[in-house]
Amino acid sequence: MKKFTGSEDYVASKELMNAVNVAIALEKPLLIKGEPGTGKTMLAQSIADALSMPLIIWGIKSTTKAQEGLYVYDTVQRLYDSQFGEGDVADISKYIKLGKLGEAFTSDQQVVLLIDEIDKADLEFPNDLLWELDRMEFYINETKKTVKTRHRPIVIITSNAEKELPDAFLRRCIFHYIEFPSEEKMREIIKVHFGSIDKKLVNQAMKAFYDIRGMREIQKKPSTSELLDWLQALQISGIDVNRITDEIPYIGVLLKKNQDIDMVNAYRR
Amino acid sequence: MFIDFFYLLRAQGLEISLDEWLCLMEALDKGLAANSLMEFYYLCRNILVKTESDYDKFDMAFAKYFEGIESVDDIPEELWKWLSEGEQERELEDMPAWAQEHNLDELRRMFKERLEEQNEKHDGGNYWVGTGGTSPMGHGGYNPAGVRVGGYSRHKSAIQIAAERNFRDFRQDNELDIRQFQMAFRKLRQFSARVDNAKTELDIDRTIDATCENAGMLKLVYEKPRKNTVKLLLLMDSDGSMTRYSQICSQLFQAVNQSSHLKDLKTYFFHNCIYDYLYTTPECNDGQWVKTDWVLGNLDSSYKVIIVGDAAMSSYELTARGGNINWYTFNEDPGLIWLERLKRHYKKSIWLNPIKAERWRMTWGSRTIAMVSGVFPMFELTLDGLDAGIKKLLNN
Repeated sequence: MKKFTGSEDYVASKELMNAVNVAIALEKPLLIKGEPGTGKTMLAQSIADALSMPLIIWGIKSTTKAQEGLYVYDTVQRLYDSQFGEGDVADISKYIKLGKLGEAFTSDQQVVLLIDEIDKADLEFPNDLLWELDRMEFYINETKKTVKTRHRPIVIITSNAEKELPDAFLRRCIFHYIEFPSEEKMREIIKVHFGSIDKKLVNQAMKAFYDIRGMREIQKKPSTSELLDWLQALQISGIDVNRITDEIPYIGVLLKKNQDIDMVNAYRR
Repeated sequence: MFIDFFYLLRAQGLEISLDEWLCLMEALDKGLAANSLMEFYYLCRNILVKTESDYDKFDMAFAKYFEGIESVDDIPEELWKWLSEGEQERELEDMPAWAQEHNLDELRRMFKERLEEQNEKHDGGNYWVGTGGTSPMGHGGYNPAGVRVGGYSRHKSAIQIAAERNFRDFRQDNELDIRQFQMAFRKLRQFSARVDNAKTELDIDRTIDATCENAGMLKLVYEKPRKNTVKLLLLMDSDGSMTRYSQICSQLFQAVNQSSHLKDLKTYFFHNCIYDYLYTTPECNDGQWVKTDWVLGNLDSSYKVIIVGDAAMSSYELTARGGNINWYTFNEDPGLIWLERLKRHYKKSIWLNPIKAERWRMTWGSRTIAMVSGVFPMFELTLDGLDAGIKKLLNN
C-alpha cells in the first residue's frame, strides 16, 4: 500500500498524514477544511510529489458546473464544421472534450486529483458528482460510451466553508480539518521554506505575527503564507532585526485591510 | 463490537449514518488503526465527523466512552497536591511490557484499590499512584493505557486529547464571526414577483409557447424579476450593560449592513428599554433621535423587527412611569407598554440576547429577561439562535 509521509517542502502534521493514508486505503475522497493559508491546496501537490504521481487540478468557480468536469460536447464546432465541410462530422467522439475529472479517469497511471474550493460552486454541485466519485465512471450520452477508471485516482477536495456541503456528499468523504499551526510547527514550516535563516529574525517576526493574530479586533488574520511572504520581505530588505517588533515594517504584507492596519498602529502607540 | 459507541455518538447529536459506521469497520479490518489508540481516535474522527464544529461533540463522546479522565473528581485533595509537585521526565524506552496490557475497566478498578492502599506521595515508581513513573496511574509519566490524574499531560494519549476538547471554539452554538452572521442573514429572504418593477427577464417557457403559437416566428415574453421583499428594522441596545457584548453586536451590525439583499433596512438605538424616542446614533445623545411614534407611523407592519439587547435591567425600568434611566426624558408610559405597542404593530419581531440562554434564569436581570421574553420571542445571539430567530421571522 502506498503511504504518504509528507514531502520535502511540505510539513504535514501526523493527523493529516493519517487522514491522507486512510483516504488512500479506503479509496474515498479526502475533504480538507481549514483557515485560509494552512496549506490545503499545497497538500495535493505534496502528495503527488511524494508518491510521484501526476497532479490534475480542477479549480472550482462560482459558475462551474459538474458536467464540465466530465466532458463537454462542442456542438458549435460541429455545426461550423458541417457548414464549411471540414473534418468528419459523423464522428461525434471528435467533439467530445474531456474535463478534468474525465482526464483523471482516463489516465494511464494513477493520478492525484485536486478539486479545489468546492464550496465556491452552486449548492447542488457536490450532489451532481456523487455517482461519478463513488463509482469512478460516467456515461457519455452522445457516443453511448462509459468512461471508467483504470486506476482509481486519489481525490483531494478542499473547502473554505463558504457554503455548507450536502450531507449525502459528506457521508462519502473522509474529513480532516487543518488546525492553524502551533509555533513549534510554524518553525518547522519556516525551516522547510527558508533553510538556514537568521534565528533572531524568525523569533522577532514570529512574536509580532502571533501578537497580531492574538488581537481580537483583527478582521482578517494573517496566515502562514503571509508570514512566509513577510519573512522573505524582511530578509531581502536586511532591516535591523531589533526594529521588527516595534515598527512592524512592511505591515501591508501581513494585513490586507486598512482597518486592521490602523488597529495594529493604534496598539503600537 | 462496540456498537454502543455508535449509539453514544449519535446520542451526542452526531448524525452518523450506518454507511459511515460500516466504513469505519472496514477501515479497522484493514488494520488502519492497528498501532495505537491515538490512530484509532483520528481514524474515527476522519470517517465519522464531517465538520469541525462537531469535533467537540466527538471529543466529548470519545472521552466519555473511554472514560477515566473526567470522572476522577472524587480524588482527595492531598493526592492532587502530590501529583502537581515534584514532576520528573523519564525515558520512553523503559516502559515495561505489562504496561500495555490493562484495559480501562481494570485500570479504574486498580486505581480505586490502590488509592485505598496508598497513603503517601510517590514519584517515579511503577506501582503507586504518582508522577513520572510507569505505573498505569498518575501523571507526567508514560503508560499508553494509563489514567492521568490531574497535573498536565506530558505524553498525550488519545483519551487525553479528546478530553482537552481543543475544538470547543468551533461549536456552532458558540460565538461567531461576521462572515457567519452574513451567511445566516442570507436566509432572510422572501421572494416575490409582485413588486412594482419593469418586466426585464426573459421567460423562456412562455417564449417557446408563444413562438409555437405564432407559427414558429420568434415571439419574446418578459416577466418581472423576482425580488427579495424583506424589510428589516434593527433596534440595538447600545449602552451600559451591553458594553461587554459590543464586539459581537458590532459584528452583527456590520453583517446586517452588508446584507445588500434586503429591500430596506432601518437601524435605531436605545438605552436598556424602548420609550418615547429611538436614537439614530449608537452614542444615544439627546436630540439625535426620532419619536418612536413616528417610526410606528412611517414604517408599516410589513417590516420585520430584530431587537438586540441583554434585557437585563431594574424592573422599574419596564414597569414604572418615568422609569427611563435617562432623567431628562420622562416617560408617561412604562417601558413594557412601549414594547407591547411595538409587538402589536410589528407581528414579525424577535429579540436577540447576547446572554447565553442557559443563564437567562439565574443572571442578574432574570426578572426583566422573563418579562421581555413574554412579549418578544427571545433567542440567544449565537449562530443557532440567529438561525432559529430568522426562521421565526419568516414563518407565517
